Amino acid sequence: MSYRLGVDVGGTFTDLLVVDEESGRTFRDKVPSTPDDPSRAVVAGARQVCEANGIAAGDIDLFLHGTTVATNAVLEGKVARVGLVVTEGYRHILQIARSLVPGGLAAWIIWPKPEPLAPLEATVEAPGRIGADGSIVRPLDEAKLRANLERLRGEKVEAITVCLMNSYVNDAHERRVAEIISDMFPDVPVSVSADILPEMQEYERALTTVANSAVRPIVSRYVGNLERELKSWGTPARLNLLRSDGGLMSAEKSRSAPVNLLMSGPAGGVAGALWVAKNSGFPNVLTLDMGGTSTDVALIEGGQPRLRRETSVGHLTVRASSLDVKTVGAGGGSIAAVPELTGALRVGPQSAGAVPGPAAYGKGGTEPTVTDANVVLGYLPENLLGGSFRLDREAAKTAVQKVADALNIGLYEAAAGIIAIVNENMFGALRLVSVAQGYDPRDFALMPFGGAGPLHGNAMGKLMGSWPVLVPPSPGVLCAYGDATTRLRVDAQRSFNRLATDTTDAEVAAVIDTIIAQVSGELASEGVSAADMELRVEIDIRYAGQAFEVPLYSPPGSTIADLLARFDAEHLRLFTFNLSVPHELVNIRVVALGKAANVSPQEIARGDGNPSAARLRDHSLFMDGREMDAILYDRAKLKAGDKVKGPAIVIEMDSTTLIHNGCVGEVDAFGCILIRPE
Amino acid sequence: MPTTIIEERPRAFAEQQIDTVTLDIIENALRNARIEMDATLVRTAMSPGIREQGDAFPLIADPSGKMIVGQFGSFIGGFLQGWDGTIEDGDMIFLSDPYSCEGAISHSNDWLVLLPVYRDGRLIAWTAMFGHQSDIGGKVAGSMPIDARSIFEEGVRIPPVKIWKKGEYNEDLIKLVMHQTRKPDWCAADLNALIASCRVAARRIHEMCERFGDDVYVSATRQLLARNHRAMKALIGMAIGEEPISFEDYICDDGVGFGPYRIKCTMWREGEKVILDFTGTDPQSQASINFFLNENMFKMFFGIYMIMVFDPAILFNDGFYDLIDVRIPEGSLLKPRYPAALSGRTHALGRIFDILGGLLGQKTPEFLNAAGFSSSPHLMYSGTDKAGKWFQLFQIGFGGIPGRPLGDGPDGHSLWPGFTNVPNEFLERYFPLRIERYEALADTGGAGLHRGGNGIIMSYRFLETGTVSIHDDRWFVPPWGVNGGAPGERARKILEKPDGTQTIVANKLDRLDVEENDVLHFITWGGGGWGDALERAPELVAKEIRQGLVTVEGAIRYGVIIAGDGSVDEAATEALRTKMRAERPAELPLFDYGPDIETLRRNSLSETGLPAPRQPVWHATALAAE
Repeated sequence: MSYRLGVDVGGTFTDLLVVDEESGRTFRDKVPSTPDDPSRAVVAGARQVCEANGIAAGDIDLFLHGTTVATNAVLEGKVARVGLVVTEGYRHILQIARSLVPGGLAAWIIWPKPEPLAPLEATVEAPGRIGADGSIVRPLDEAKLRANLERLRGEKVEAITVCLMNSYVNDAHERRVAEIISDMFPDVPVSVSADILPEMQEYERALTTVANSAVRPIVSRYVGNLERELKSWGTPARLNLLRSDGGLMSAEKSRSAPVNLLMSGPAGGVAGALWVAKNSGFPNVLTLDMGGTSTDVALIEGGQPRLRRETSVGHLTVRASSLDVKTVGAGGGSIAAVPELTGALRVGPQSAGAVPGPAAYGKGGTEPTVTDANVVLGYLPENLLGGSFRLDREAAKTAVQKVADALNIGLYEAAAGIIAIVNENMFGALRLVSVAQGYDPRDFALMPFGGAGPLHGNAMGKLMGSWPVLVPPSPGVLCAYGDATTRLRVDAQRSFNRLATDTTDAEVAAVIDTIIAQVSGELASEGVSAADMELRVEIDIRYAGQAFEVPLYSPPGSTIADLLARFDAEHLRLFTFNLSVPHELVNIRVVALGKAANVSPQEIARGDGNPSAARLRDHSLFMDGREMDAILYDRAKLKAGDKVKGPAIVIEMDSTTLIHNGCVGEVDAFGCILIRPE
Repeated sequence: MPTTIIEERPRAFAEQQIDTVTLDIIENALRNARIEMDATLVRTAMSPGIREQGDAFPLIADPSGKMIVGQFGSFIGGFLQGWDGTIEDGDMIFLSDPYSCEGAISHSNDWLVLLPVYRDGRLIAWTAMFGHQSDIGGKVAGSMPIDARSIFEEGVRIPPVKIWKKGEYNEDLIKLVMHQTRKPDWCAADLNALIASCRVAARRIHEMCERFGDDVYVSATRQLLARNHRAMKALIGMAIGEEPISFEDYICDDGVGFGPYRIKCTMWREGEKVILDFTGTDPQSQASINFFLNENMFKMFFGIYMIMVFDPAILFNDGFYDLIDVRIPEGSLLKPRYPAALSGRTHALGRIFDILGGLLGQKTPEFLNAAGFSSSPHLMYSGTDKAGKWFQLFQIGFGGIPGRPLGDGPDGHSLWPGFTNVPNEFLERYFPLRIERYEALADTGGAGLHRGGNGIIMSYRFLETGTVSIHDDRWFVPPWGVNGGAPGERARKILEKPDGTQTIVANKLDRLDVEENDVLHFITWGGGGWGDALERAPELVAKEIRQGLVTVEGAIRYGVIIAGDGSVDEAATEALRTKMRAERPAELPLFDYGPDIETLRRNSLSETGLPAPRQPVWHATALAAE
């Protein structure tokens, strides 16, 4: 027997999923998270789910894990103190940044400038210079460098980054500087920009490499703890972590390049959605992961999520690939307010958080939130399944009444307004990943998940024209599915920066071969056999002179001419025009993927189409401007083929699904509810 | 005569009742459409000025030209008033001549595209965007000759013309225009990018109309304007008194020997209206630093500054325009007579914001910011390389942001919205340059409780023989400090030859010939300080010394003495601070301008390395034209 185990650590619960690799059977469980050291809950949960299902620790061969350790370290500012070595004349590289003040005219008056991620007093210069063509303009003055590095001793740095000008062309000086640092500071981990991001643009490369250094000690410690605990449990399982781009990386790699883990959490949700969508037969899906304070949205086209070349966490944006997930400050806890001056209704981004939480939670919250509006409208019944928790409808009404009074409208109108505004905010984010990229949302299904997603999914489907709205089973633990079902991924990229007219197919092929040798070597060292590897070549192209590239997949045997024709078509689709200037091949990238897991979803029992056996009770709610009757259902009792006519509310342990008046939810073979207009 | 709008099925939009929620949804959708315009532009443009630095400005307006979303002025009204042509469905307007649109765009380098959006035979909206072209021909590379005596020396000047006329593309027109520039490849791509942005926004407007109905959309835009009018009316009543207050500041020189040029603005309220009067502003220059300031543009600036303090979440639009009356004297620096040269208007454009800040903050020092919105430093470098290929760079630099009520001014950041620097690796890869030094220059920010941002020193090593132009200001009149803060340091430019000899060069000059391996040290001004420097924590000063942002000598200005080991010498610091407090007036000035103009003139050569400019005079030609 062999099993893989997927674990997702959330703010409240740690979700676990064990997959039998031969049969595809799955076992689920959840335990409370342990935020002080998340690895405790991870291993405790793993033991629990295995013991409960008679699985021996020795039979688990892969341990797959999405983690927010790096994300939280950045958000909470609990990162390592990083020393930075830059080219002479560039010591303020992180202070000046790109000189951008976000916001409009006069926004500088109110912009709080973030502090550099590597303190300026711990930034030192390396005397020496490499030119843009890779030539050595001035050799490295090692004696002077050593003297400069001495300064870092007093600065108590826990990690060091080296980022020198033009190292994306020639990294010789960076390597030598790293050697000297290792000699002087043998216990401090060194990150070299040519390893982390061998690309043009010194500020982005420096920042990304500094971010890598900043989370390196904490990730290293966490991974070390996990490995030790797993070992003492007695499992031989290899530990893999979920990268921001949805691929998996080895524990060892995650220790040296943890900057790739910054969006590991949201990537789990998208990866899980991908798996559900594939099984249910929907290659094109918009995902909507709505939690308490924020919502993540992403686009999956033809079974592939969109990738972007950046990762953003809080103030920090680095150049590391991530799934193109847009986050808006809109969630169940978002607070509604009416500023006196404009009399406009605003929802979020302020959130009531977990404490005090929405007024309906009865933990002392009094501000009106999205959850309170849902309670007032009857979308969230007072008695949730599981019974431990009762919502305070009166408190919710009192809170929402404040908005009603400020706008001089009725209570229900105010609650409906709050929902409409928060939906509109999410709509804006969904547009950015769809319409703004040239995709028509009507060609996509919409998958809402997370605690609050299924409450708003139907409304979002209406706004977007995206049907069906596909509510997966256990929408609250979708991330763990993502962790368990993705594949190992290694990628590498070279700056090429050649005009199409100045290069040949043979020259491009030679570069591709070199990168392939590198990435497949790395994957082989993770134990992936050559037969199980899948290689994807991508080439970034632009019109010479443009700042942004369009990444294009280059299948084996494709020529430069093929690529250029596809680029022109893509440029026309995205931007409405083509230009008659030469094309530039900017970057060449190879992605190597390991074998996909054999995880098939469990089918549920088939019914006769009538959901009445799952009916809990009658209910009343406010929709389309009036009070109407609705029915509450228990999701666990719904059968395949059941048709649930709206207005209806479907309840399960970790989420509540709202089906609108005029819509029908049909249960598919795997328990997904597919909502469509009647 | 104003523009004639031709509609196939003209009829008024029916006023609709709109609930707050729908209104807010349309507001958000418009905001998103504007963001998409920016994204489309930077992804497809080619000149570094636009693609790397973001020197371009989008706008969505109602049928009458009132801006609903946008950020940098409302230029459609001025255009509609000044142009006597016709607008029809399928047209797209292209223009660059400031004199054809009442200064709605202010120099010929800014190319403006206007797209009337028609639905069902009616004009329902305008989308528009303008962007700065790196070269439009004329007598110098970059097309902003400092010594130009008229607009005819500043490159191609495009009156309002139709790129598309009833859906038909006018290719000959574009060929004619592109033939005038040294960089037709950049200009063609940038123009396409402007057009694509306008089309993207038009598409979004159509989608909104399909979703809500045309009448609802138009009614919503009216209500958004009205909402803004209400908010501004309340703000004005609250923040602006009936007693006139004035503020004045200076442009250092005009690049041909005259200066400084005073810009003066007086503000008072009459009932619900604010009057902003520029009487007392110096005459127009014979050279190109004139800034043809459109009244509506200035209303916009004024409104933005007001709102930024009180409710930054307000969607900014033109709704409040009738609450403001702007008066600018004819023949002055801000309303020059045709055909005055205009290309170097960037200094006065920046200075307008310092003046606004000084004006609005005078009665409420807790909201007052120091000076620093002082210029938009340009560097142009062009020539023919050893391989015989033409190269041309136009780059915008940044100074220090002023000390603010919120805290220190950021070092070397942009006061212009959305602007970024150009990555030096990009410069080195695509131009014959090496950037030897790029850092915040210590001590250039004015001392204060909140330090002014430091300026930048950028040292360009030229790797080919070529020609350089420099446009900068704040080299003669320092950026002032406030609430006891000191002025920032002034800008300077130093040319260093391979043998090490250094020469100070002017901050406004064209045709500086440079040779291979010459280094130009391009130093920008620092922001003014905010609050009493003696109140700044000595440990912070010591830390900033370790960070290279302040020097040990510079710490004296904060009354801080640093010991040999880099720590604060507390006893010496206390003694020095006591002495400094005793020697200065008990009450610190609200504004610290530094020395008066006469003193600045006297010391110019010794302090700046450059001779003092001469007093500008009203010219007989300008007077005769009245």
